[in-house]
Amino acid sequence: MRIMDPHIHMSSRTTTDYEAMYAAGVRAVVEPAFWLGQPRSSVASFIDYFDALVGWEPFRASQFGIRHFCTIGLNPKEAGDPRLTGVLDILPRYLEKDGVVAVGELGYDSMTPEEDRAFAAQLALAVAHELPALVHTPHRDKVAGTRRTLDVVRESGIAPGMVVVDHLNEVTVHEVVDSGCWMGFSIYPDTKMDPTRMVAVLKDVGLDRVLVNSAADWGRSDPLTTLHTGEAMLAAGFDDDDVDRILWRNPVEFFGQSGRLDLDEQSDTTDAAVPAEFGGNSIMRGARA
Amino acid sequence: MSGTALHDHLTDAGSLWLESARVDVEHHPAAITRYFPAVSRRCGRAPLRHDDVQGLRYGTVDDAARGVLLGALAGAARVDLLDDLYRHGDAGEKRGVLRGLHPLDDPNVSPGSGIGSKLLTLVEDALRTNDVRLIAAALQPYGAHHLGLEAYRHAVVKCVFMGIPLLVIANLTTRQDAELARMLVDLAHERNAAGRDIPADITAVVAAFPECLDRTDLPMALLSELLTANHIHKE
Repeated sequence: MRIMDPHIHMSSRTTTDYEAMYAAGVRAVVEPAFWLGQPRSSVASFIDYFDALVGWEPFRASQFGIRHFCTIGLNPKEAGDPRLTGVLDILPRYLEKDGVVAVGELGYDSMTPEEDRAFAAQLALAVAHELPALVHTPHRDKVAGTRRTLDVVRESGIAPGMVVVDHLNEVTVHEVVDSGCWMGFSIYPDTKMDPTRMVAVLKDVGLDRVLVNSAADWGRSDPLTTLHTGEAMLAAGFDDDDVDRILWRNPVEFFGQSGRLDLDEQSDTTDAAVPAEFGGNSIMRGARA
Repeated sequence: MSGTALHDHLTDAGSLWLESARVDVEHHPAAITRYFPAVSRRCGRAPLRHDDVQGLRYGTVDDAARGVLLGALAGAARVDLLDDLYRHGDAGEKRGVLRGLHPLDDPNVSPGSGIGSKLLTLVEDALRTNDVRLIAAALQPYGAHHLGLEAYRHAVVKCVFMGIPLLVIANLTTRQDAELARMLVDLAHERNAAGRDIPADITAVVAAFPECLDRTDLPMALLSELLTANHIHKE
């Protein structure tokens, strides 16, 4: 099984997770910029976070044979904080970076006017930088929030095929299915979706424009729920090609629209499956500070 | 890292893009902030030499292509621009700046207007990271020349610590000294006590300063390992 996890916050995870993910078939990930579990107090904090997403984290992933890409954006939880509105001004520079394959995570948290402004401004940035947008549905008041999300997407003029609406469930998916947007599902150990429910949704809506992710972060989550979903699909009668489509080809197609999803062997990350030998020395040798 | 070596790696489209970007930057220096992040996807990322898998020694195609753009910068403002490109760069852009500094400091290439040690802060920043590609880039001729002796020694030891081959460092044979050899023997001692292998490439430095083995605290086995290596090296 080859897997691309299209939504996972690796900065919050350990190297043991990277090893387990590689063993499970994960070869590429997309890490959306989000909040840290506690509010940031300045724009500078975002700069350091974005720098890690285009610098340190891809290097860390490369040591375990996994290609790391990211999305950059001002998340809705912090879009209403007056100390952080300057983040919108630094986004254009990051949106040109090589490993940045979308704008996000965007969307609503409490559906305030400030969130409206940040959301619309960043959809406009996605159009200007020719990038897809990763939009999540709010955790509370989900159905109304999903409708309002789709309204904003429509008004922005971005092509629906360039948008994934994430964290969907059995109820909200039907709001999105006819919109032309991609449908993202986060498979959690105990909330949002689980593998069995996900399989039922796939039987209902089909395999077109569907992305499955672990959304694993610092909270209770599991970076292998993509694998578990693939296994549940096989157990329910889907075949290997269906699983490959959901876990690899679909995310590659969606984020490939950025023109920056370089999955070739030769890239700035080094596949650990190919030993990084140089002058008789392995680069993996030795202790790390 | 000659222009020819880079040219062999570029497609026609990549070559055209780079040349038109270079000309634009020559006339509008600030435009480089737009071109710099796009270099890898336009020109490629392969190492310049296939025996240098990660491009730690000779750099990569994008490193060299970024060097071409940096070469188009002129005048007093370029130090600020270089600083800006590094500060706002992703890992690849930072690497490109670090590897591109030497030609801008070369009096033959930039007569009378070399950047001098003004951008040593970028080298120091890279040496604080744990990214082997940034550390290797920091120890190319610019950083390896301008670093103070103490900082230089620590950078060499950090390379050993992180598994970066010492032959990556631009000028080790001319800058190595007895104190560096002492530090490396200490590191070998520590590794030996932990039951771990001793990095083979430290022995060339140790061999150049045999007096650094003139001490009583080293276990016989370690001493003989380092002496044997010394002997082999001298042959």
